[in-house]
Formats: sequence, structure tokens, C-alpha cells
Amino acid sequence: MLVSEQKPLEEILHSLEGESTVFLLGCRGCAEASHTGGEDEVLAMKDSLEAAGKTISGWTALDFLCQKALIKTGLQPFRDRIMASDSILVMCCGVGVQATAAAVDKTIHPGCNTLSMGGSQGEWRGSERCAECGDCLLDYTGGICPITACTKSLVNGPCGGARDGRCEHQPEVRPCGWQLIYERLEKLGRLDKLREIHLPRDHARAEPPKSLRSTTFWALEQAEEQKGTEA
Amino acid sequence: MKLTDLFNDGKFVITSEAGPPKGVDTTKMFEEVDLLLDKVHAFNVTDQQSSVMRLGSLAVSHLLKQRGAEPIFQLTCRDRNRLALQSDLLSAYTLGIENVLCLTGDYVSLGDHPDAKPVFDLDSVSLIHTVKTLCAGHDLAGKELLGAPDFCIGAVVSPGADPLEPQIIKMENKIAAGAKFFQTQAVYDLDQFEQFMGQVDHLDVPVLGGIILLKSAGMARFMNRNVAGVHVPESLVNRMEDTEDKVATSIEIAAELVKGMKDLCQGVHIMALGWEKWVPDVLQEAGL
Repeated sequence: MLVSEQKPLEEILHSLEGESTVFLLGCRGCAEASHTGGEDEVLAMKDSLEAAGKTISGWTALDFLCQKALIKTGLQPFRDRIMASDSILVMCCGVGVQATAAAVDKTIHPGCNTLSMGGSQGEWRGSERCAECGDCLLDYTGGICPITACTKSLVNGPCGGARDGRCEHQPEVRPCGWQLIYERLEKLGRLDKLREIHLPRDHARAEPPKSLRSTTFWALEQAEEQKGTEA
Repeated sequence: MKLTDLFNDGKFVITSEAGPPKGVDTTKMFEEVDLLLDKVHAFNVTDQQSSVMRLGSLAVSHLLKQRGAEPIFQLTCRDRNRLALQSDLLSAYTLGIENVLCLTGDYVSLGDHPDAKPVFDLDSVSLIHTVKTLCAGHDLAGKELLGAPDFCIGAVVSPGADPLEPQIIKMENKIAAGAKFFQTQAVYDLDQFEQFMGQVDHLDVPVLGGIILLKSAGMARFMNRNVAGVHVPESLVNRMEDTEDKVATSIEIAAELVKGMKDLCQGVHIMALGWEKWVPDVLQEAGL
């Protein structure tokens, strides 16, 4: 299971600065199990953001946001409301946030930090997209993770090493992650996001407590077995 | 001496480069440095350039200082985490080093130890922030220092990058973080450089245009194929190809570039790559 925690409301509000209308998107997979992005948490977030003066254009929680192919279908009923919003706040792990960003041309804000993925990339397995760093930056990067997309995991923009949009390391297989981020933000009209300086990161957040890593999957399996017995 | 003092005095600043050897024999490096000792204001000391393991930039910066040359201590984020970077910065200052150039660093796979673990705990912007924090009397953990360093902080920008916009935004972020001067990647196209300088006109920070002496047409073509942000126009490649006297033509081209830059920016950074003995001719021909 992918374990996430909600970002502090203060950080979420900072990411929504200058925006008035937000669509909320939760996940009925691991985020629901982590109590960070299920229906209850989405509704609580709705209250918090409305109290902070934001308009919530709508909300939903889909099954497993990491199922990239299903996101467009799942969001279809909300299409008009989403397109009329300034952005989408996605409350799940980093894979689900990136899958949503890849499916919808809207500014995406992550609502959670991903703490542990148990060796899995959710249901979007084509590449390693979330490094469970515990301090999600997808808000600043148009929904493309600089930790996994940039070979050097740079968080303050591109180095000078890219040529023709390819990374200096293994250019034949690696695009420059920061070029992808730049193009994405330019498309969204959000290059202002590149102007925020990121101070040295707290790498301790990438190392979640041992108890969290070793017991959550076990707890979920226990719950499932329990459910099976009751049925 | 801080580079900022020179800019404040209105000088057109000339810097060059000292490349530490692979090994402990510094004879050749100092011969090259000595050729330029009274011709340039300061020497960048490269930090394991191109990820090739060499004698360290801190030790060589110190040796240059002892020799009466002004070092610009290059520091990359490739090989040291924040503890080592901060500690080396404190060490540098106690050795009399006042100028530091903050870089991200090439990836390890570009050098001769591709199996090394890359660090990149910080990046160029957060490294600049780190130097500034130390100068303010604290470390990154917020702990007070017993005596704070006072560095002049430099950074780099690549005017030939495509796309250029993210480079300029990053340049602005570097200035906001504390950078006081910039050196550029090698420039061969003055028109393009003029456009770049126009785009950063609003930034009140001195820029030293980068110059690499062309040694041959083959070298120019190699850089065009392999060095990010460097483009030698076909006309210059042809001049190097057609010439009877490669050295004379190389000097001529470099002097033209330096001359052109005198009106565009606040200094030049000349990378001679072993051709140090011709740099005085370049400067003379450029009228410096």
C-alpha cells in the first residue's frame, strides 16, 4: 500500500494563492485507507477551504487515481465544473497526482505527501514516478516530479547540462525532466511557479518510521481478511 | 580581494581558470597560472571538472592565494552533502579564500568514475543560499557560528541554452538567493549574446562572458556536438579550418569576442585549456 499524509492546510492554501475556484479529487484506494484522501477527508478539506474563502466547484473520489487510463472516464461527469475551475487539488499519493496531471490540462496541486510506497508505483507501472520523498513538490512543477524526472533530483530548475531537451546522463533514454516541467508550466500559464526558491530539503522525511513501513500493508491485509470472514 | 570590489571600482574584470591536475604534481598548472598572474584579476579553480577525479579545488585555491593570485573557489553539489559543503566553505575562508562560485556539477556518468554515488543533496540555488546563510553567522541547522565567513558569491548561466527562459528564471532565483556576479558558458555568437544581455538587462548584477580558445576546427565541431549550450557558428569553424596558422586565427577570434563583449557586459572569463601562453596576446589584441 502507498502511505500518504495530508499536507498542512497552510501549505495547501499557499499553493492555491491567487486562485478562487478549486475542484477536489480524492482516491478510494490507498489514500482512503491512509485517511488522507477518501470521501471523508475530501469533504473535510472542502469545509476547510470554504472557510478560507475558496469556492469548491465540485468534488469526487475515484477508485485508484494511479489507474491513469480510468481517470478521464471517472472525471467525465465533472468535466464542465473542472474546466471552469482554476485548479484541481488531488488528495492521494504522488503517482495519482502525476497521473491526474497527465490526464487533465489543468493546474494540479498535491494535497498529500507520500511517505511510503511499499515498493510499488500504484497501477501506473510504466516508470518510477514517485520517490516517496515525504515532501511533495508537484505543486511547483506542473504535476511532473523533479525528484524522479530529473537525474540529479534538482528542485530549483534545470542545470546547464541538457542538450536538445535530453539529459546529460543517458540522453538516448532520458528527456530533461526540467524541460518537461517548463513546457508543462508554460502550457498552463504557470511559469510563476518556477520563481519560488526551494531551500535545502528535509531528507529525513524520505525515511518514514519503521513501524509505518512494516505494519500498514499487514494492517490492510488483516482488515480484508476480517471483511471476508464477516461476508 | 572580492570580485565585487573590482566591479564597484568600474573595472572590466578578467578571470581565467586553473585546472588542478590528476595527481599531486602542480608544476605545469602553476606554469600556466604564472603566465597570466599579472594579466587577469582572478582564477577559477575547477572542482573535479567534468566529474573527472583530480586534486581538489580547495587546496589549489589556497596554493594560488599563497602565490599571490586571487582564487575563485568552485564548489559543486555533486560530491558533497550539506555537512561537507558547509565545512569546506568554512575551511576555505580560514585559508583566505573570498570568492566562491556555486555550481550544480556534472553528473558522475560524464567523468572517469561513473560508478560513483552522486550526491546532489543541494543544488546551485540552495548552495548559494547556504553560503549566504553562513555569511550571516548561522549554519543550515540554524546554529550560530563562532565567527562568520564573508564570501563574494558567484554563479553561472548558459546564454546559449535552448529554451533560454528557464535559465533566466533560474538566474533570477540565484540572485535572490545571494549571487553577486555571473560567469557564462562559452560564447561564440556575439549577436546571440547581445540578445541574452538584453533579456537580463533588468538584473543589476555583473556578467563575465565566457571565452574558450578554439584550438582547431575539430575542437569546435566536437563542442557543437557534445557541450551543452555551446554553439560555434559555421563561419568560425571555417576560419579555423582554412587557416594556415591556427594559433593566430584562434587569438584573432578570441580577441574579436573579447572586444565585442566590452560593450555588452562587465568582464570576460577566459578558459584557455592549456593555451594560457596566448591569452596575453588575446587581451592585447582586444585592447585590454
